[in-house]
This record gives sequence, structure tokens and C-alpha cells, in this order.
Amino acid sequence: MTAQPLLDVRGLSVHFPSRRRVVRAVDDISFSVAPGEVLGLVGESGCGKSTVGRTLTQLERATAGEAFFEGRDILPMSRREFLPLRRHIQMIFQDPYASLNPRLKVEQTLAEPLFIHRLATRRAEARERIAETLELVGLGPEAMGRYPHEFSGGQRQRIGVARVMILKPKLVIADEAVSALDVSIQAQVLNLIKKLQRDSGVGMLFISHDLGVVRHISDRVAVMSDGKIVETGNKSQIFEAPEHAYTRHLLASIPRIMHPTELA
Amino acid sequence: MALLEVENLEIAIQAGGQRMPVVRGVSFAVAEHETLGLVGESGCGKSLTALAIMGLLEGGTVRVTSGTARFDGRDLLSMSKAERRAVMGDDLAMIFQEPMTSLNPVYRVGEQITETLHQHRKMSRRAARARAIELLDLVRIPEPEARIDSFPHQLSGGQRQRVMIAMALACDPKLLIADEPTTALDVTVQKEVLDLMLDLQKRTGTAIILISHDLGVIAETCNSVAVMYWGRLVETADTETLFATLAHPYTRGLLHSIPDVDRDVDWLDAIPGRVPTVGERIPGCPFHPRCERAEARCRTDVPEPRSLVPGHLVECFYPFGGDA
Repeated sequence: MTAQPLLDVRGLSVHFPSRRRVVRAVDDISFSVAPGEVLGLVGESGCGKSTVGRTLTQLERATAGEAFFEGRDILPMSRREFLPLRRHIQMIFQDPYASLNPRLKVEQTLAEPLFIHRLATRRAEARERIAETLELVGLGPEAMGRYPHEFSGGQRQRIGVARVMILKPKLVIADEAVSALDVSIQAQVLNLIKKLQRDSGVGMLFISHDLGVVRHISDRVAVMSDGKIVETGNKSQIFEAPEHAYTRHLLASIPRIMHPTELA
Repeated sequence: MALLEVENLEIAIQAGGQRMPVVRGVSFAVAEHETLGLVGESGCGKSLTALAIMGLLEGGTVRVTSGTARFDGRDLLSMSKAERRAVMGDDLAMIFQEPMTSLNPVYRVGEQITETLHQHRKMSRRAARARAIELLDLVRIPEPEARIDSFPHQLSGGQRQRVMIAMALACDPKLLIADEPTTALDVTVQKEVLDLMLDLQKRTGTAIILISHDLGVIAETCNSVAVMYWGRLVETADTETLFATLAHPYTRGLLHSIPDVDRDVDWLDAIPGRVPTVGERIPGCPFHPRCERAEARCRTDVPEPRSLVPGHLVECFYPFGGDA
């Protein structure tokens, strides 16, 4: 690739000291995300995939390595240096129940990031953008005056997506963004995330344990096990011609439904 | 004859003088050696159905309002507490989803397995301990002689679920109800646990009701499937027939909602709308607001279960593969 990657992670390690030994949650991994690309990061629980996302949003400190966002290493940045970039590196979390403030109306939840990042200065201005964004995620403007508990799980995750997309970020890190949702609702939210990603051209690091979901949304896939990336490749290569034994084991473990050929 | 026959089971939430039905007229049967999959999304009533059969809904705000569940010829729903206690954990056992919360953290796993053996088999300490080691070995816990003295937190998630299975199998139950037994587990561990359950079933002949939201898990492990939606059984058939016809629009929609790991599709064929909430009133077929095949009749009349081919029941006026 000749164009500069949006995100270029090199030799990232995150170690946590524990009583007797050091836990190498993330152990010398490298990957990149091109502008407009979706990189799926897949692995089982405890493999370190979430720690990667948390480190890139400065929720966790890296032990070693570099992470260049548009050419600048974000890992050694102070909070103040990082703040202007935070608008462009946004995170969607798993639990739509826990990640929305129950005391704030949807309008306030969506206005907050706009004011913090100075994308709006007046309330009317903010309201206009909030209404637009709610429309985008399939909720009407009447959602503005309501509280999180008044919404279903799927709708709450739409609000979570709206809170991220309202900032027009360049990189979205989605950590198990649809894992808590029921299948029929998961399909709706996945379609939504995919559509918004395509329309906006945002780069995305999509972290998930679900191989089907990862195949559906990603352009490229990195497979993680035990803190290391064991295999990276285009989606077709990873799913149709996996090279690493672990990837093959993972794919073989998925329970499958025999698809009748004459499905309408 | 069926081992378990559930007929017209109704469960309702009683709150503030109101009675809101959550399971409506559910009927199904499980034969010996059979594995029945009960599938549906959260809130569809699949777990409540299991809890009702196990007698775990007694005295709460959620209770059985009518129906029978004949197990080995006796109605579980009208048994006295003492009668029930003799059956539970003996002929009828249950595995729950969260092995960490359903194991007691302050007792060693051995003590938890031997409890039912003391209770139902009046075994001596030594005999119960030997049986517990045998059971741990059966569920493929490495070094069972040492592991029997472990506390739950010292085991991995997969091992804890195996301990749950060992506990459930302690008295050779005739029927095992497993409620999302692998949902909390990683996919590689899930496969091990499911393979283990099927292997044990082959050896012991235990019938299983497997409750899951995961159609893949159901397809790979069950002989027959019952699909639930909003408290109703909307489609029942043997596994092959069910997945070959996908007669009910909900069953079909559910399958199409799952991103397929074996092929690329651009957009998922998602079911529009959402599952109605408890207490919502929907005239006609409860699925009609989300159904692309809905006609005028679906908005006013509630479909009765009808048989497409023997053994294949569908609650729909216009099922796929139907002649209507």
C-alpha cells in the first residue's frame, strides 16, 4: 500500500504486573488500518484483543511499541496532547446498558461530545446535528427527549453508534459492539454499522470473538491468541485458506447449520 | 411413549393486580434418548419454560397459570414439594448458563457433587467421593483425584461447566435440561463441552432439552427443534426438516440474521422491528408486525398450530412450503 495508513501499530506490548509474574496481555503485535478500511481483530476471551483497543484510546498504558495515527505516535502523548485526537479516535463499547449515562437524556448524551470538541457552540446548532445523526442511525428526533432506560438494547446501541458518529471521527474502534444483542437485532445494528462505515469512509478496528460477524464486516482480519497476532490477511484468505493452525482450529469449532441449497 | 410431555403450558407475571402472560399454550414432548432444542431470542420464554418444568417458579411473581408437564407419567406441575424434591437432581437435572454463579464459591467441587449422592443415593462419604472422582473423569477433568478438592475459582470456565455437568449427571438422570450451557464459553471450549454432552448422552441414554439462542449449536446437537417467539412455540420439527423448510417466517428470518462464517453476503436480511415487550397487546399473529408475508387475516386472527407434514407443526397462516 502506497498511501499512508490511518493507524500503524508496531511492536505493541501491554504487560500487567501481577503477584508472581508479568501478564503479557499484548505481546509485540503489529498491524495497520488504512483509511476507509475495516480491520477485524478476532480471538477468544483473554487473548488481549480488548486491551489493544483500550490502549489505542489511552484507557490503558502501553509497555512498549508505537502506534502512529496519521503519522504521529499517540502512545507517549499526554492527555492534553491526545485530547484533540480523541475526536478522531472513537470507541463503541459492548454493553449499551453500561456505556450510556442513565441520568442524561439522549440529547444531552449526544450534545456533550459536540461541546467538548467544540463542534458546536450553541444549543440550536447542536440540536440540528443531533437530529441529523439520530436519523442516520434509524431513530427519530423524538428520541432526543428520552432517557436510555426508555429504549431497547438494540436502540441503545444505536445511540452508542450515534454518539460516536456525531463527531465524524477518522477511526472507530468497536469492541464487541454487537455481541450483547439478540440475533435479529444484531443483524440490524451490523447492517447499520456497515452502512455508516461505507458512507463515511471511516477506518475501523472491529474487535470481536464472533467469526461470522467479523467476516461480515471486515476487509482484512487479524487473528489473536495469547497476546500475539498469529495470522493477518484479507478476509477471503483468512476464512477460505487459513494458514495458522489456531485459525483453522477456531474455524472448525464453530457450530454450523447445513444450508439447504434451494433457500428462497 | 414420551418421557416428558408438556401440554398447554401458560406462565404469567403477576404484578400490581395485573396478569401478563409470558408463555402461552406451549406444548411439546421429549422422548427417551432424544435431544430437543428450544431456541429463541431473549425474553421469548424458553428459560421460563425450563424453570417451570424444574419447579423453580414456585411462589414468585412469575408463575405457572395452567398446563401440565408429565414426566414418566406424573405431572411435575401439580406435585407436592416433597415429591418434587425426590425427582429433582435424581431423574431430572438441570445445567445453568453461568457456572461461576451456579456453583457455590465457598465449597470444594467434590462436596458439591457428592451432595446429591448423599441426598438421593444415601451413599457413604467414601463411596460418594469415589463416584465424584469417576464423574470428574467422565467429564474429562484432568487429574480428578486432585481437582475434586479445588474451589470453583481455581478452575477455568470450561472446567466449571464440566463440573456442572458432572453434578447434573451424578444420579444418572433420565432427563437433563441444559439452559444455554455453552453461551458463556469460548467457541473452542464450547465445542468440547457440546461434544462431551453428546458423547455422554450416547453412553447413558439421557434425554436432553437444550435451550439456546444459537441456531448453530441447536443444529449440530439436537434431533428436533422447537422455535419460540414471544411466549409461543411457533415451529416444531425434527432438525433436518426444520432447517430444510424454515417454514415459519420467524425461523427463516432468524436464520438469515446470522452472519455466515462460510460465505460473504453484503447485507444481512434482518427482521425489521423488534420483539414486542411483555404486556404489549398485539391482535392476530404476534409476529405479523415484523412479517413480510403478513396478510389481512394475520392482523386479526391468531394462528393455531397446524401440521405441514406429520411431526412438523407451524403456527402460521402462510408458512413457507405450505399450500395456503
